[in-house]
Amino acid sequence: MSTDLVVDLTIFVLSLLVGFEVISKVPATLHTPLMSGANSIHGIVVVGAMLIAASARGFTGYLLAFVAMAFATANVVGGYAVTDRMLRMFRRRPAIARDADGTDEVTR
Amino acid sequence: MSTFDAIVRLIYVAAAAGFVIGLHLMNSPATAARGNRLSAAAMALAILTTAVVLGHDRAITLTGILVLIAGAAAGGAAGLYAARRVAMTAMPQLVSLFNAVGGGAAALLAVHDLTAPATASTRVAVTGTLDILIGAITFTGSLIAAGKLQGWIPGQPITPPGGRALTMLLAAGGLGGGVWLCAQPGNRIALILLTIASLGFGITMVLPIGGADMPVVISLLNAFTGTAVAMAGFVLGNPVLIIAGALVGASGGILTKLMADAMNRSIGSIIIGGFGTGDTTTPIGAGGAAVREVSADDVAIQLAYAGKVVIVPGYGLAAAQAQHEVAELADVLERRGVEVTYAIHPVAGRMPGHMNVLLAEANVPYPQLKEMDEANPDFARTDVALVIGANDVTNPAARRPGNPISGMPILDVDQARAVIVIKRSMGHGYAGIDNELYTNERTGMLFADAKKGLAALTAGVKTLVG
Repeated sequence: MSTDLVVDLTIFVLSLLVGFEVISKVPATLHTPLMSGANSIHGIVVVGAMLIAASARGFTGYLLAFVAMAFATANVVGGYAVTDRMLRMFRRRPAIARDADGTDEVTR
Repeated sequence: MSTFDAIVRLIYVAAAAGFVIGLHLMNSPATAARGNRLSAAAMALAILTTAVVLGHDRAITLTGILVLIAGAAAGGAAGLYAARRVAMTAMPQLVSLFNAVGGGAAALLAVHDLTAPATASTRVAVTGTLDILIGAITFTGSLIAAGKLQGWIPGQPITPPGGRALTMLLAAGGLGGGVWLCAQPGNRIALILLTIASLGFGITMVLPIGGADMPVVISLLNAFTGTAVAMAGFVLGNPVLIIAGALVGASGGILTKLMADAMNRSIGSIIIGGFGTGDTTTPIGAGGAAVREVSADDVAIQLAYAGKVVIVPGYGLAAAQAQHEVAELADVLERRGVEVTYAIHPVAGRMPGHMNVLLAEANVPYPQLKEMDEANPDFARTDVALVIGANDVTNPAARRPGNPISGMPILDVDQARAVIVIKRSMGHGYAGIDNELYTNERTGMLFADAKKGLAALTAGVKTLVG
């Protein structure tokens, strides 16, 4: 077992633990944006797609690189855009005018 | 390590830190949008750095550059279009599609690396095999899940004769191909066997799972995608992929567990499938006990003169797309000084937290959205609990042992002073049992479609007491 693999495994395990710690604090209200946001993060695979395009030679290699790049970019761009769209809907008070008490704070 | 390499590594660490902090900011609706933008900036930084690396190494061919740009343009346009146009009710399908493409891309990376046997070490072979296995299962599994959610594939469990045997055969093929590939990293036949068997397994794994279990399935496939991306990081020796993949794996894992707990089911029993339809189980319980039917006008007056109303939205509300009608009713009541909140069960909607997004879209302020643990103590001082399209999650029978929903966490709706249930018929929920809430003497049943019923209530409040 090479040192590199041990280092990578260490990073993997610690990142999993950090993930559990950080994500268990997200309220259920935000679970859909959380999943969609996490979805965009796994779009990091785009970096891998770029790296394989650099080593690709021949038709099959380029085809694989193209499809991987298209998939990964759709994942990144679409993921962040839709998460942002959702999160902008979460408002403390809606934008529409209210004739009620006029105070911004919710009393409860 | 050259200075350039060191700087690149450090920038990747910064990007990974951006992902973690971005997820951390998701712990409150007030900071979540900022967290998402931070995460996006970190992603842009990682992509830009990789582009600089490619230019610096001068390894990429002109064709390679063109292929990258074409792929990015095609994928980016498709992703952006889908993100802008998708209806909030269709969010689970879109998330499922993003799972599919993420897992698919991760699998393709390993396929590419393993077709260049000169570089394939045991380490690349083992992690690459896992990457293809998990990524390919996620790809087809997520496509099937998206098809079921969209209604292109029937939502009820599909179990063709011999389906179980085929699943087992594909699993054996995938594992066998994987072991073979690890032993002979350059073997094309092993690679093809592994890929095709994994793709097939993804299909036969998700087809038998019922529509009601989709929140669990999406979460599980999300965890799979993260793991596949982390494996791609092992293959490429790139820590930022490992970190990002592990974060998503953890997120998907937590949501899977939360959803399964909220449905009172084990993850294993969901994957084995065949449940989650409501039409295969025989109804048990008293049956035909008297219920009190109420009219929309009576309910409107009751609501208008209440001090505190808790709305309990369920899947039926989302299915009828009545989130705007319920928000309007709440708005009319609030203007009269009635305190209105929403009590949201974790599995309301078709993916974790889905109901909250639907209500936020209908302009419901997020402080009114209460999670189950927060909402339950409030029912005792609630004048009217208005249940719309929720069934099993309000059934007090869950507190007793000996029935299909025993032990399932429920909303304590029966503790409210009065309960109104808007429902089309006396049909059963997914668990297939009578809801004791409906025969409670304090419960009034308003038989109507969610959308029409709510509109009638709003009109009633306006005209009768306006």
